[in-house]
Amino acid sequence: MQRLPKIQVKNLKKTFPLKDQNFVALDGVSLDIQDEEFVTVVGPSGCGKTTLLNVIAGLEKASGGEVLVDSQKVSGPSPERGVIFQQYALFPWLTVRENVEFGLKLAKKSKKETRETASHFIELVGLTQFADALPKMLSGGMKQRCALARAYAVNPKLLLMDEPFGALDALTRVNLQGQLLQTWQSEKRTVMFITHDVDEAVFLANRVVVMAAKPGRIKEIIEVDLPYPRHVDLRLTPRFGELRNRVWSAVYSQELDLASYGEQVSGQPTQKKKKGN
Amino acid sequence: MKWLKNNRYTRATLNITALLLGIGLWSVGHASGLALPAPIEVVTRFGLLLESGIILVDIGASLQRVLIGFAIGTMIAIPVGFLMGWYWIARGLIEPYVQFFRTVPPLAIIPLAIVLLGIGEEPKILVISLAAFFACVIATFQGVVNVDKTLINAATVLGAKDGSIFFRVVVPSSAPFILVGMRLGLGSSWATLVAAELIAAQQGLGFRMQQAQLYYQLDTIFVGLLLIGFLGLAMDRILLLAELRLTSWQERRVS
Repeated sequence: MQRLPKIQVKNLKKTFPLKDQNFVALDGVSLDIQDEEFVTVVGPSGCGKTTLLNVIAGLEKASGGEVLVDSQKVSGPSPERGVIFQQYALFPWLTVRENVEFGLKLAKKSKKETRETASHFIELVGLTQFADALPKMLSGGMKQRCALARAYAVNPKLLLMDEPFGALDALTRVNLQGQLLQTWQSEKRTVMFITHDVDEAVFLANRVVVMAAKPGRIKEIIEVDLPYPRHVDLRLTPRFGELRNRVWSAVYSQELDLASYGEQVSGQPTQKKKKGN
Repeated sequence: MKWLKNNRYTRATLNITALLLGIGLWSVGHASGLALPAPIEVVTRFGLLLESGIILVDIGASLQRVLIGFAIGTMIAIPVGFLMGWYWIARGLIEPYVQFFRTVPPLAIIPLAIVLLGIGEEPKILVISLAAFFACVIATFQGVVNVDKTLINAATVLGAKDGSIFFRVVVPSSAPFILVGMRLGLGSSWATLVAAELIAAQQGLGFRMQQAQLYYQLDTIFVGLLLIGFLGLAMDRILLLAELRLTSWQERRVS
């Protein structure tokens, strides 16, 4: 590949001040993501995956190292980098259409263009019937589809998704994964998708980045050599199984190590640490 | 009680029954020699006062004071509350005063207000607007502080700058708090009004009751009390309707 990577994360470090010392959320994280690539990041709670996404989005500042998008240093949030949050983050006082139009109005697009773009993406995520509904009328899956349409509408080069399906039930999740891939194939974007679900990570990605905790770092990057379009049944193929097992061992070997370490030190099993935002 | 179904009709019936029982008790109290006017005497007195036009002048004077005071109080409270919630420097400068004077009942300002502003309309309106201000400023401030950080982040990544975050996210999302603050403010304005009128006024419901006290006209006192209750209730319902209408996007437990 001759082209420069879309995103370059260089030796990124992020610390948060705690009472007496600094908590190291990310330590020496380097990662290149190519244009139109779909990368998933998977890892245990507290491995800094959300922090990594927030730094790339520009919502948090790096303590060391840097993030380049199209060779430009990230210094703050920008509509070029769309973010999808786990908690949907729809504006509850706006209808589906008004939510999708939010960014377009800020960009001072013409009325006609705003309306047409919004309609296009509302249709793409299958919410045309609910265009005038308030978020409180929508199910979790529909809310997340609306958030996806809203992010797409401002035409970002990059989509950052922070456990977007984390709050949904297993069936809705599988459905939305399929729809997300469909949307992505008709409107190609570079995607970084955070999840703690190994199955989801493998099903969606070109590459799976496995992170480890204490301090947050990249442990392993696994290529997923399965062709798109991907069908739900792909999960049943042996190759998918192999890849899932590889990712699974990469994620959980460290968890188990930590757990037994905790038992040796304190005589008690380590409790799962709550995810630090 | 299985035969009683919890729906709006049974609830309304229960409300009316309770009212009738209350009036019944009142009549019994009157008949058994308590120094209370009979319900019918109060109604008659109300008719007389209405006929002479006195009570309408009183109602007008009271409503005017409360509405002007309430409007001034909330119009200052809402921007101040936003400033406090949005700019930490403003909060640091304003909060000590708000927290301190909030604990001083507006009625305690009356002597000072009379000395400084005389016995005209100004001291009454000042005291009423203070009551409205403190109830509303805290609510607005809380509303701004409670704005969901994720919504602000979502607006930022869609390209919103400070100004649009404020008007498109902070204002709508604190609207429910502000409206609750306005209702509380109206309640305390109304409560303060009557007390302010008891002290120095030529007309108004509080003044009318004060006069009636001097001449031992219990029925007029009752008319005043009931009118104050009804008018306060009516104003609160109007604000409640506005609140339901403006914040219907909220997810409520009961619709």
